[in-house]
Amino acid sequence: MSALPALQTPSVNGVFTSDAFASHLAAVGHLPAWWLDLKRAAWDRFGALPLPGRTDELWRFSTVAGIKLNRCTLAETPDAGFPIPPAVFPCAATLAFLNNRALAGEALSPELGKQGVIFCPIEEAVVHHAELFQSHFMAQAVNLGSEKFAALNAALTRGGAFLYVPRGVEIETPFVVHHVAAGDGAAVFPHTLAILEDTAKATLVENFLSTDPAGAGFAAGVNDLFAGPGAQLTYVGVQNWSRDTLAFQLNSTVVQRDARVLSLNVHLGGRQARHESHSRLQGPGAFSEMLALTVAQGEQEFDQRTLQSHQAPNTGSNLLYKNALLDRARTIFSGLIIVDPEAQKTDAYQSNRNLLLSDEAESNALPGLEIQANDVRCTHGATSGHVDAEQMFYLESRGIAPSAARELLVFGFFEEVLAKLENEALRSVLRESIKANLKT
Amino acid sequence: MSQITDSDTLTTAAVEETAASSVAGIDQTAGDFKYDVKYDFDAGSGLSERTVRYISDVKKEDQWIRDFRLNALRTFLARPLPTHWATRDLENINFDKIRYYLSQGTKPKRTWDEVPADIKMTFERLGVPEQERRFLAGVEAQFDSEAAYSNIKDAVSKQGVIFLNSSEALRTHPEIFRRWFGKVIPTGDNKFSALNSAVFSGGSFIYVPPGVKVLHPLQAYFRINAENFGQFERTLIIVDEGSELTYMEGCTAPKFSTSTLHSAVVELVALKGAKIQYITVQNWAPNVYNLVTKRGLAHEEAEIKWIDCNIGSRLTMKYPGVVLKGRKSRGEVISIALANDGQHQDTGAKMVHAADETTSSIVAKSISVGQGRSTYRGLVHIPRHLKGCKNNTECDALLINTNSRTDTYPAITVRGQDHAVQHEASVSKVSDEMIFYMQSRGLTEAQAMSLAVNGFVNDLVSQFPMEYSVELKRLIDLEMEGSVG
Repeated sequence: MSALPALQTPSVNGVFTSDAFASHLAAVGHLPAWWLDLKRAAWDRFGALPLPGRTDELWRFSTVAGIKLNRCTLAETPDAGFPIPPAVFPCAATLAFLNNRALAGEALSPELGKQGVIFCPIEEAVVHHAELFQSHFMAQAVNLGSEKFAALNAALTRGGAFLYVPRGVEIETPFVVHHVAAGDGAAVFPHTLAILEDTAKATLVENFLSTDPAGAGFAAGVNDLFAGPGAQLTYVGVQNWSRDTLAFQLNSTVVQRDARVLSLNVHLGGRQARHESHSRLQGPGAFSEMLALTVAQGEQEFDQRTLQSHQAPNTGSNLLYKNALLDRARTIFSGLIIVDPEAQKTDAYQSNRNLLLSDEAESNALPGLEIQANDVRCTHGATSGHVDAEQMFYLESRGIAPSAARELLVFGFFEEVLAKLENEALRSVLRESIKANLKT
Repeated sequence: MSQITDSDTLTTAAVEETAASSVAGIDQTAGDFKYDVKYDFDAGSGLSERTVRYISDVKKEDQWIRDFRLNALRTFLARPLPTHWATRDLENINFDKIRYYLSQGTKPKRTWDEVPADIKMTFERLGVPEQERRFLAGVEAQFDSEAAYSNIKDAVSKQGVIFLNSSEALRTHPEIFRRWFGKVIPTGDNKFSALNSAVFSGGSFIYVPPGVKVLHPLQAYFRINAENFGQFERTLIIVDEGSELTYMEGCTAPKFSTSTLHSAVVELVALKGAKIQYITVQNWAPNVYNLVTKRGLAHEEAEIKWIDCNIGSRLTMKYPGVVLKGRKSRGEVISIALANDGQHQDTGAKMVHAADETTSSIVAKSISVGQGRSTYRGLVHIPRHLKGCKNNTECDALLINTNSRTDTYPAITVRGQDHAVQHEASVSKVSDEMIFYMQSRGLTEAQAMSLAVNGFVNDLVSQFPMEYSVELKRLIDLEMEGSVG
C-alpha cells in the first residue's frame, strides 16, 4: 500500500491514518476492484479536505473545536454474542450491523425476493448487484458542509443496508436496520442506499445505538434515498448513540416526478451530533416531508442543517423540526429553501420550533430562503419559547404533578410530528424511546 | 490631486428628457443630474496615511482624533472583505480609484442667503426649501462632504438642542462628542465601519438635553455629486434622559458611469427613558455601493426605532441594530427595500438583548423587480441569564417578475426558558386575480401593479411622516414603471 498519499496534517485526522486505511483495504480486499478504487478516491478526498473552521458559514454556531478525530479506534471488536434487538412490530425484513460488520438478520420472505425486492448488506450488494449499486452510490453530492465526513464514510464503510424495490411493488411493513456501536471508542460508518422504482412503496426504519450508553464513540453515516416517479417512501431514523459520541449523519433524498418521501429523524443520543439533510425535488409533483424531533439534554449539541432544493415546477416540501432543550444543551437549526428559476408553482414550508425547558439551554435558528422564481408560495418560521404557564396551571389544577404535567406538554409538542406517521405501531415505539430517554 | 476647474457653468449632465410617468405623473429624472462644482479641498483618489492626514489637516483636528483615524485605517487595511457570507460583488470596489475627501470649505453656511447660487439650485431640485416652508425644525443639508447649509429653528435651539455638522461639533463640543463617539459602533466592528472611522467627514451631531421633546423632526439631505467620490458621513445622536427626537435623512444622487462608494456610520444613544426615531429614505443611483453601519444603544426604558427605506444603489448592505442595554428597553426596525434590475438590497436588522424584559420587533418588506435581488439578513441574540425578553420578526418578500430573486438569512440565538421569540417570513407574488380585478375597472396593468405594490408596503409606509410617505409612494411608482408588459 505504498501508493497511498500521506495525509496533509496527520494530527488533524486523528486515528484515521494511512496505516488504518491500509489495514481497512486489506480487510475488504476480496471485494470488487471498482469498489476498492472508489474507496481509495474517497480516502484521498478525506485527506485533502480541511476540518471545518470557525469562520465557515456552513458551520456557524457549531462548536467546531469539539470535532476531534482522535477519541475513537478503528479496531474491529466483533461480538458475536450481541443480541439483535427484538422486533416490536411486524417487519418485512431486518438487518443488523455491529461495529460495521453484518450480523445475521431476519431474511426477506421468498415472496418478496421473487418480486425482485433486494434487501442486503452493502458488501453483498457490491458483489451481486454491482451495476445497480454503483450507479447510485454517493451519486448525490453531500454539500452542506460535511464533505470531509462523507468522504470518510465512503472510504471506510462496511456496514449498512441496500434496499431496492422494483417498479410497482408495494410493501406495507417496514424494513428495519440496526446499527450498533460496541465497546468504548468504537468508530462506525453506517451507509444506507435505498432505491424505489416507479410507483413502488416502502418504509425503512433505522436504529443507531451504542452498547455502552456512556462510552466514547464516533459515527460518520451517509444515507441516500431515491424515489422514482410516483414512488412513496417513508424513512424513520432513530439516533441513540452513546452520550459521548461525535456523530455525523448525512442524508440525501432524490424525489422524482409525483413521488412522495417522508423522512423523520429522531435525535436522542450523542455528545455532538451533526445531521445534514438535503432533499432534491427533481420532477413536477414531487413532494418531500422532512421531519425531526430532538431531545437535547445534559451538554449535548445537536446541529441540524437542511436544504430543500426545488429544481422542477409544481414541487412541494414541508419541513418541521422540533427541539426540546433541557439542562445546558444546545441546538442549531440551519435550513435553506432554494427555488430554482424554472421551479415555478413551488409550495415550500420550513419551520423550526424550539421548546426551552431550562435557563441554560440555547437554541440557534437560521431559517433561510433563496427564491429565484416568482410564482411560488414559500414561508418559513422559527420560534423559541417555553412551556405555556396557563397549560401548566390547567394540568396542575387537575391534580397532575408539575413534572408529569411538563412531560405531557413536551409530548404534546412532539405529537404534531409523530402524528404524520401512518404506522401506529411505529409511532408508539418512537413515543416509548423518547419517553425512556427523557427519564435518563 | 485633480481638481475640477470649470466651475461656474452649470450643466445638467446625463439628463434624459423621458416622458413623465403615466402612473403618478412623476418626472423620472428627478435627482438624476450633476453640476460641476469647484472644490477647495480635494484629497485626491486612493487611500493612504497621507490621505487621512490631509483630511485631519484640512479640518485642523486634535491629536486624539488624528490617532483615531490612523488606527482605523490600519484596521481597515488589515480586515478582509466579508465575502465568506456577503456577496462577491464587494470585490468590484476599487478602493484606489475612490476620492475620499472633497470639500468647498469647512465652515457651514448659516443662512440661506449665504448659500452659493449653484448649490441653491441643486437643493431646489431636491426640494429642500420646500421642506423648510413646511415648518421643519431644522435643515442640515450635506453637499458632498461638508454641510453647505445649516439652520435650526429658534424654538429648537432655545430648548438647548445642539444640531451641528459632526466636524463642527468635534471642534465646538469635544467633551460630549468624545464621550460617545465610537462607543456604539467600535472602529473594528466591520471593515467598512473602520473605513468610515478613518476618513469620515460631515454627517450630523445632535444632542438633546434631558426632558426635552423635540416636536418637529430634524432633517438632513445627503447627496453625492462628484464622480468616483465616496461619501463617509458620520452621525452621532445623543438623546438624554426622558427626551424625544425624530431624525430624518434622505438621499438622492446623480447617475454616474463608474461605481461610487457610500459608507456611513450612524450611532444613536438613548439614555434612560429617551425615545429616538431615525428615518431614512434612500434613493441612490444604480452604481452606488451603499455600505452603512447603523446602531443604537438603548438604556433603561429607552426606545429606538429605525425606519429604513432602501431604493436604488447597486449594492446596499445595511442592518440597523439596537443594543438593548437597559432593563425594559425597546428596539424596533421597520425596513422597506426595493431592488430593480442590477440591484441588490442586502438589508435587515440586528437586535442584541443585553438586559431583562427587553423587547424588539422587526418588520421587513422587500420588493424585487426585474432581475433585482433583495436579501433579508437578520440577527436576534438573547444571551444567557436574562429574563422575559421578547422578539417578533416578520419578513415578507414580493417578487414581481419571473426572474426576480429574494433571499432570507436570519440568525436567532435564544438562551433560557423565559423568552418568547418568533420569526416568520413569506414569499409571494401579486395575484393575477388582483391585477385582473383592477384592470377590469379600467387601470392599466402597470397602474394595477403599482397599486398592488403600494398596498403591500402600505401598513409600513403609513408609519412614515406625511411628506416621506408621499415621496416613497412616488418612488415606488417610478420603480415599477416598465416592470410589466
